[in-house]
Amino acid sequence: MKMKRRDFIKGAAGSLALLTLDGQVVDARTVEALPPNALGILYDSTLCVGCNACMSACKDANSMQAELGQGNTIWDKPQDLSSKTLNIIKKFSSGKGVNKDVVEDGYAFIKRQCLHCVDPSCVTACPVSALTKDKESGIVSYNKDACIGCRYCQVACPYNIPKFEWDDPYPEIVKCQLCSHLIAKGGISACCSVCPTGASLFGPVEKLIEETRRRLQMKPGKQYDFPVSSIDSGKSHVFKAPKYVRHVYGREELGGTQVMYMSAVPFEKFGLPTFPKESFVSMASGIQYAIYKGMVYPLVVLAGLVFMVKKNKNAEEQGKTEKKDTVKGDTHE
Amino acid sequence: MSEEAKPLGGRIFTPTFLVCLIIVGIAGYFAIKRFVFGIGSISNMNDGFPWGIWIAYDVVVGTAFACGGYVMALLVYILNKGQFHPLVRPALLASMFGYTLAGVSVFLDIGRYLNVYNLYLPWQMNFHSVMFEVAMCIGTYIFVLWLEFTPAFVEKWKLKNFGKRLNRVIFALIALGVLLPTMHQSSLGTMMLMAGYKLSPLWHTSTLPLLFLLTALFMGFAMVVFEATISSRVYALGDETNMLSKVARIMSWVLGFYLIIRFQNIFMRGEMANAFSGTFLGNMFLVENLMLLIGLFILAYPNYRSNPRLLFVAAVAVLIGGSLFRFNTYIIGFDPGTGWKYFPSIGEQMITYGLIAFEIAAYTLFVKVFPVFSVHKSAELN
Repeated sequence: MKMKRRDFIKGAAGSLALLTLDGQVVDARTVEALPPNALGILYDSTLCVGCNACMSACKDANSMQAELGQGNTIWDKPQDLSSKTLNIIKKFSSGKGVNKDVVEDGYAFIKRQCLHCVDPSCVTACPVSALTKDKESGIVSYNKDACIGCRYCQVACPYNIPKFEWDDPYPEIVKCQLCSHLIAKGGISACCSVCPTGASLFGPVEKLIEETRRRLQMKPGKQYDFPVSSIDSGKSHVFKAPKYVRHVYGREELGGTQVMYMSAVPFEKFGLPTFPKESFVSMASGIQYAIYKGMVYPLVVLAGLVFMVKKNKNAEEQGKTEKKDTVKGDTHE
Repeated sequence: MSEEAKPLGGRIFTPTFLVCLIIVGIAGYFAIKRFVFGIGSISNMNDGFPWGIWIAYDVVVGTAFACGGYVMALLVYILNKGQFHPLVRPALLASMFGYTLAGVSVFLDIGRYLNVYNLYLPWQMNFHSVMFEVAMCIGTYIFVLWLEFTPAFVEKWKLKNFGKRLNRVIFALIALGVLLPTMHQSSLGTMMLMAGYKLSPLWHTSTLPLLFLLTALFMGFAMVVFEATISSRVYALGDETNMLSKVARIMSWVLGFYLIIRFQNIFMRGEMANAFSGTFLGNMFLVENLMLLIGLFILAYPNYRSNPRLLFVAAVAVLIGGSLFRFNTYIIGFDPGTGWKYFPSIGEQMITYGLIAFEIAAYTLFVKVFPVFSVHKSAELN
């Protein structure tokens, strides 16, 4: 009996040791692949003129309140993404800030919104599947009827996208859902349909990736066609090709995202973090998976524990009665 | 060892009890405000720091403080160290309130509390989610703790038939009471892996689950020592130092093992320079581990740990060090970037103080009314 108990403890210790192997169990879960009909947005910072039409259209399409406050009671003036703002154009500026898409004394725009990750942290984090990734379109959407408001999605999101209605007694999580309600009716994301320059371009992710390849091959200064609204719209403008950074943000970051960025200014300048290819999700959920897959380990441990407690408890009961009888008699080992 | 536990009796409305009730009342005011005007109306939590002290203290640190019941059950019923039996029920009582109030805190913290039932709908469950596992485990464990404590109610109200039936299944409850904390205490570490780069590398490591489990164990032991020392003073109970120093010896092994893993991990990942860089986070790391080393130093020597005063100092140092580790992992070492800042507001703090005050009040009430302590009053001994 004694041997058995020791062996059991050894086994339990062994499964714990599993936890300490840095990186070894990570492979227990593979990184998700891009869904077959993934939809997304290609935002080209060099085409953006900062008109903010996308922000206004976003508010209309999603019935969002205007961001007032700080002495301003008239117009929408968000400073960052918030529970009232799903989409925002922000500006990088340095020195005199006069030359567009240049680092020194220059400026450039960036669109911030949910990037609709291929392997979204928020979806893995959510305990009640209130955040889900559509198997076809890959759109990450939110269901307020399931959400318990634990905010683990906010902790988990590497891009700090989900926002919480802090001043609402029964708050919701708020984030861009790519206007899935418009897409369901055959439309496209509101921000893209109003973008006058094609800086925000809607389309199937595969086609958008092809478009990024085409743009990266353009000779800076030469004129090319740039599609507007949607990559399939047939409409386009002619622009001079800029000198792109040789990297598409979102192509591979943490397993990739369905909203991607192109720019002539390095992405760090916009405060976008540099990420490895592998997502943090696969690390956490790899460990969780290795231990809790099918609940086999926990159930085996539980069976062992029940057995040991029962044995020890019986010995204790016996000890009590024996004590009453013979006064002496320590039955504990 | 086979001495029966007895209610301590005595006056319930002591000054301490009344002060606790006042603090609970103040917390109640803020709790009502939170439900009427939203979390933002009383808390400084924000979109960068979505978790404040309600999670970091009430749940993450609080449940570690409440691991006394877990570690004593582990010692007595799994490792068969029957001599510690008198420590089980007081530890269980503290655990029961610690966990229950962590549950209350979660209820205040989560925004959409009416949707909690979704955790129990099979089609909504997300088995990939660490939060799901933690929520289910803690929820179930609160229930298990109350059942584990039920023999005290049975003895008090002489519910003989129910007691017999309970006795037939109690071993399964005790086993669950060991399994569940092992699961969710380690998962509290897994939880912050997802924070990725937002958590300082001094705390972000895939060893977090093991580190959290070990902190739960030694903080549980430290809390048993802490509580037993205080209650033996307050209620003039017999001297338990002999037994407590044995607990301390076991604690020293767990603590030593933890520190070896902690420093080996920091060293292997090349973060040692970061720890001694003199930055705020580096210093927090040092303070955290210094407290634990002080505790270990006292606990490791039989002469020191059998001195009740030094033993108490060691327990406090270990509790502070362990809490700092958990605080650092959940708030202090966490930086979402883009300039977000967080420090708990008065209202937020009052809720936490209210929960602690409630715990103390309920504990003092229960030990007087229900059979918890099986140590004789020292007056009776003479």
